[in-house]
Amino acid sequence: MNPIRLTGRAALRLMRGIGAVALFAGRGLVRLRPFYPRAFATQLVQIGWLSLPVVGLTALFTGAALALQIHSGGARFQASDVVPAIVAIGMVRELGPVLGGLMVAARVASSIAAEIGTMRVTEQIDALVTLSTDPVRWLVTPRLWAATLTVPLLVAVGDSIGIMGGWLVGTQSLGFNSTAYLANSWAYLEGWDVLSGLVKGAAFGLIVATSGCWFGMRSGRGAEGVGQATKAAVVAAAVGILAANFILTGLFFE
Amino acid sequence: MIEARDLHKTFGPKTVLAGIDLSVAQGESLCVIGQSGTGKSVLLKCILGLVPPDRGEVLWQGRPLDRATRPDFLRRFGMLFQGGALFDSLTVWQNVAFRLRQRMADANARAIAIDKLRRVGLAPETADLMPAELSGGMAKRVGLARAIADDPQIIFFDEPTTGLDPIRARRINQLIRGIVRETGATAITITHDMASVRAIGDRVAMLQDGRIAWQGAASAMDAAPELAEFLGKTPA
Repeated sequence: MNPIRLTGRAALRLMRGIGAVALFAGRGLVRLRPFYPRAFATQLVQIGWLSLPVVGLTALFTGAALALQIHSGGARFQASDVVPAIVAIGMVRELGPVLGGLMVAARVASSIAAEIGTMRVTEQIDALVTLSTDPVRWLVTPRLWAATLTVPLLVAVGDSIGIMGGWLVGTQSLGFNSTAYLANSWAYLEGWDVLSGLVKGAAFGLIVATSGCWFGMRSGRGAEGVGQATKAAVVAAAVGILAANFILTGLFFE
Repeated sequence: MIEARDLHKTFGPKTVLAGIDLSVAQGESLCVIGQSGTGKSVLLKCILGLVPPDRGEVLWQGRPLDRATRPDFLRRFGMLFQGGALFDSLTVWQNVAFRLRQRMADANARAIAIDKLRRVGLAPETADLMPAELSGGMAKRVGLARAIADDPQIIFFDEPTTGLDPIRARRINQLIRGIVRETGATAITITHDMASVRAIGDRVAMLQDGRIAWQGAASAMDAAPELAEFLGKTPA
């Protein structure tokens, strides 16, 4: 077949898919009545609180490694002193949201897809309908809102821990003065650097939850179907986060 | 009361329903039988709106079941799923009282749930167990308790005895018969267990090749040549 036609078909299929997912997320976000506070609270804990260790550890080691890299690379042109500022800016603008988002994608998108997929396979979603309950309102809306609201908080905590990782390495291994390191971290950091990272976090949270719910609701039958839905949810969430990060970075800083 | 008119459904190249006409009167208990893969569950899901038919319609009290009328229908409806379909993240009583909790305090909903659990032969201590802690038979009973929790006027049973040993299957059949007679609910049961049909059904419809091959009173089953093979009799 003509390669141009093939490319065109693939592009159309991709656009249709993105459109369908966007409509699904939109429906999930606006279907707030009736609102299920218990389901929402459970998701706040599942998505936000229980992701804290993995996001914190990721940020800690990333901040520490970043400090070592910048110190070593900066030494080539006598710029080792910029370690605190670059660690801080790098963490809050880029690494905090992206790595935090990817870790949440690995933990949460898979878990949501597996849970909803299993519910679909075992007719629990059909049971919801027969109990006069809209599965989108009961399953999707609480997850979308919980992820959109908690991932920015995770990013904020991750940013702080990442900066402290850099501080730890800077003061314990690279010979920085503790007070000067912290002062330099804050001195070059602007409000928009932090805010842009949090906005990214909200977008990434929405992408993660949407991906998990979308693939879970469309899971095929049996264990294999649920496994494929889980895998697809994580891959789509990770690629979605990286693509959205590129677009948002262009919008915010260019 | 419930009427399916000319229902058609295909999945890819496979025609599952090829023009089903079926009606169930108020208070009647209809059993739909047929071999595996003949579309019994699809028929049930089409009636419920879980699977949209390609053609045909479903009427309830003379009105088409659509987006406007379905919520009212579902409020008067209960269903026992083949595998129980209990929500894994909720306890037994929360499963049973799922709908009740949306309109009353937990204490009241729990009391009703425990009463329904007793009705299906489960002890109140079962109420705080998680579904993963239940045996297959107990899960079916909890599913039955959930189906009747809100005193429905219409109850669907999807393969109520599948996966149960003969003793538990007999007990479930007795429970269903008792509940249907006691409440006067309209019941549709999908099954290929003839013991269930004899215990529960007033009327029987047999699905074959996507169509109703035979329907009539449960008492007339044995004399129907169309059912001979299904009933395990040697054709004349």
